[in-house]
Amino acid sequence: MLKAIGLRSIDDLFAPIPAEYRLTRDLKVPRQMAESEIVDYFRQRSRENGEGYTSFLGAGAYAHYRPVIIDSLISRGEFLTAYTPYQAEISQGTLQSIFEFQTMISELTGMEVANASMYDGSTAAAEAVMMAVRLTGRRSVVVARSLHPEYREVLATYATHQGMPLSTVGFNENGQVNLAELEKSITSETACVLIQSPNFFGTIEDVVAVAEIAHKHGAMLVVSIAEAVSLGIIEPPRQADVIAMEAQSFGVPLGFGGPYCGVIATREKFVRQMPGRLAGQTVDKQGRRGFVLTLATREQHIRREKATSNICTNQALVALMVNIFMTVYGKVGLKELAKQNLAKTAYAATRFAQHGQVLFGGSPRFNEFVMVTSEDPYAINGRLLGHKVVGGLPLKKFYPELGNAALWCCTELTTRGAIDTAVGLVAESERSVRSGKEESDVAEVAR
Amino acid sequence: MKLVNRKASLQVNQNEGLIFEKSSSGKAAWKLPPLDVPDVDMSTLLGEAERKDLGNMPEVSEIEIIRHFTRLSTWNYAIDLGMYPLGSCTMKYNPRVNEAVARVEGIANGHPYQPEKISQGALQILKTLSECLIEITGMDAITMQPAAGAHGEMTGLLMVRAFHHAQGRPRKKVLIPDSAHGTNPATAAMVAYSVENLKSDSRGMVDIAALEAQMNEDVAALMLTNPNTLGVFEQEIHKIADILHAKGGLLYMDGANMNALVGKVRPGDFGVDVMHLNLHKTFSTPHGGGGPGSGPVAIKKKLEPFLPTPVLVAKPDGTLGFEYNRPQSVGRVRAFYGNFGMFVRALAYIQANGPDGLRQTTEDAVLNANYIRKGLEGTYDLPYSTPTMHEVVFSDKLQAKKGVRTMDIAKRLIDYGFHPYTTAFPLIVSGALMIEPTESESVEEMDLFIEAMKSIAEEVEENPQTVLDAPHSTRVSRLDETAAARKPVLRWKPA
Repeated sequence: MLKAIGLRSIDDLFAPIPAEYRLTRDLKVPRQMAESEIVDYFRQRSRENGEGYTSFLGAGAYAHYRPVIIDSLISRGEFLTAYTPYQAEISQGTLQSIFEFQTMISELTGMEVANASMYDGSTAAAEAVMMAVRLTGRRSVVVARSLHPEYREVLATYATHQGMPLSTVGFNENGQVNLAELEKSITSETACVLIQSPNFFGTIEDVVAVAEIAHKHGAMLVVSIAEAVSLGIIEPPRQADVIAMEAQSFGVPLGFGGPYCGVIATREKFVRQMPGRLAGQTVDKQGRRGFVLTLATREQHIRREKATSNICTNQALVALMVNIFMTVYGKVGLKELAKQNLAKTAYAATRFAQHGQVLFGGSPRFNEFVMVTSEDPYAINGRLLGHKVVGGLPLKKFYPELGNAALWCCTELTTRGAIDTAVGLVAESERSVRSGKEESDVAEVAR
Repeated sequence: MKLVNRKASLQVNQNEGLIFEKSSSGKAAWKLPPLDVPDVDMSTLLGEAERKDLGNMPEVSEIEIIRHFTRLSTWNYAIDLGMYPLGSCTMKYNPRVNEAVARVEGIANGHPYQPEKISQGALQILKTLSECLIEITGMDAITMQPAAGAHGEMTGLLMVRAFHHAQGRPRKKVLIPDSAHGTNPATAAMVAYSVENLKSDSRGMVDIAALEAQMNEDVAALMLTNPNTLGVFEQEIHKIADILHAKGGLLYMDGANMNALVGKVRPGDFGVDVMHLNLHKTFSTPHGGGGPGSGPVAIKKKLEPFLPTPVLVAKPDGTLGFEYNRPQSVGRVRAFYGNFGMFVRALAYIQANGPDGLRQTTEDAVLNANYIRKGLEGTYDLPYSTPTMHEVVFSDKLQAKKGVRTMDIAKRLIDYGFHPYTTAFPLIVSGALMIEPTESESVEEMDLFIEAMKSIAEEVEENPQTVLDAPHSTRVSRLDETAAARKPVLRWKPA
């Protein structure tokens, strides 16, 4: 090949790089490994990573069963190793799948249109807020304190340089947005109110009431949904103007936090301010149905600095997992699945309430609940770990005002046995704390 | 077709409607275990929040789902089928061991909030990959949090902003060459910098005189892609960095084209202050039909205080953990820690290559691009004769005389069994054909590509209409994009 090009050595190809910058040594990276060694390396890391633990963690990342056909289908090279479907004639598979994804997300959220995906629930929420800012011409934003704390942090990062003042509205003793406080926080400059439902505590918000207050003041309502399975049994926030969702629950592995699948859904009249890719239906020269990426004049590759967002690469393959999951469970299965989540959590909350204080019982919840214990939840969790159980997420870091609170989650995969075991361990530790016994064998966990 | 098509033949493929059109009541592909806790009454628990109906969600059987998606898949082109020479997209082979290790139990199912004590495996992967990427880029520190390249650009510019702010002299604008990706200006706008265009010189490189004239104390950074989108290495990179640094500006490098540099030269050594990588380009994680990606941002020491939170640290007891208390941080750009599954794949890729393999990958990528350049020079117009790195840009100047443009040639290439190259980009070349073969292509595959491109050029001379009407062999012919945008149909609705 070198001869064909008319060169003597490979080094000639790199002549354009000034000699003083050329690397003349080996990179200090691990030596080349055989496939068997690579597999072995990751198996070892896996063993150091919570393999074999029963977990009660949720908080924006949920352990649901993943039907096996998801991985067999997404492993097809034609999906796995294709690029963004810009060349529509040889990308109809991806395009039709996105069109079906958009349809099902619209159906489930009660919205009219949905995009092809965003990075995750947190960035989807931030982008949805920026969309409301563009649509209303107003700049300030009211954010519920019961929105996922990390979503709030991401929004704060995005808002810093956009000149978007953020204010926070608290929650009441039912765990829902404090409506009186909300009423007071909205001004004629408020572009939108951003809430989450089910919220970070698992509590279902009174979306109708929140929407009424927001709309009365000419503000939009953006609702974040972090637990997609809730849509099977919980009425979607139809009164919202924009929904920003995290669809990880629909067949996406926990994967230590990513890749996940954000989505934005909204009303048709707002679509031209929506960020992200959209597949649309059209016809070819012979009048046959086909699909293309459309409304690209919103996007960076056409509009550059005037685009609705800088997003380019999205979460396409993860959206395909979500699409297959929604297809597998469908109209009936999603409902039954959601019901099991609800039943398991109701059982767990009732059992735990005999030993700890379960908060926010005055309003409906989905598959998470907050429990306050006498003992520091980090200490309880340290003890549970010894029994290969990961307890609820201690909330001190995010909500110091809730004291020894932790957020517990049950899904269809949480067995009654696991719940009973955890309840037993918590009961034991609560008893020992109340009896004032010294604890010496508690291994504090880092967080 | 001018020549016998040696790459591809026509084959029957299956028709398939939308999944909703196959749905009928009572079909199911799911089964839940019996409930082992007392059943609950939904209306008691939920009241008005209870959902009664799931609208038009489908009801189909498992074999129907398998066939549905398998049929759809056969309508896609993919790297697994052949050369996919999209310029600046780096469509290289996606090794299957990456997929296997990403699915190992503790890696696939680790919860982001599980205690650090039982997350050491994931944190070790994060640490090892971070160290490799820092070494490869020649930078001092890295954040793995950004979910894709554009997200990395935003993170990088946020750090640039925070840096200037901390220096007590906030700046207003970023310079962006006219050859840049659209994400660069779109990102600048997202962090509220104004964009100033920087023109290229006759060699397709940054015009040094123009840069000197435009550089001042209002400029926060230059966003430079190197090699740029013409596949040209900015030979005067040291001057560029000096001009910026002399006036207190920073050099941002868009790492989209890092596949031309790994193991041969390190951006940190030639003056780059901040850069993003695309793990889905250079480090072989699959494009998956448009994502997921991963866009780590590597930085020089002076930007370290501004890294997004949390930052991975080694604790006094030797274990790994996250540090959240960083007062100068730009904040979080994403929930949790980034697209971790992509880190696993990228690290497996680095391990499979090692230092020698990574260097050879780069050499082969550059060799392949030059082989294609040599093969098509003369047949297609080469607007810049500057040496080519990992991708080569031609123009449709010769074919345009017959009314055939780059998009037409691209569509005709489909009939020859290839995915098109990138069309009409970079914007500084009228009618661009941007070709990046990557290291994954054999000389046999590239010869077929060159043969197809030459054959199309002959068709343009002899029968341009064949090319203008292409593709002829696909399920659907050219689709009406104007109609799609004018009256958008973005979802299925029951008739």
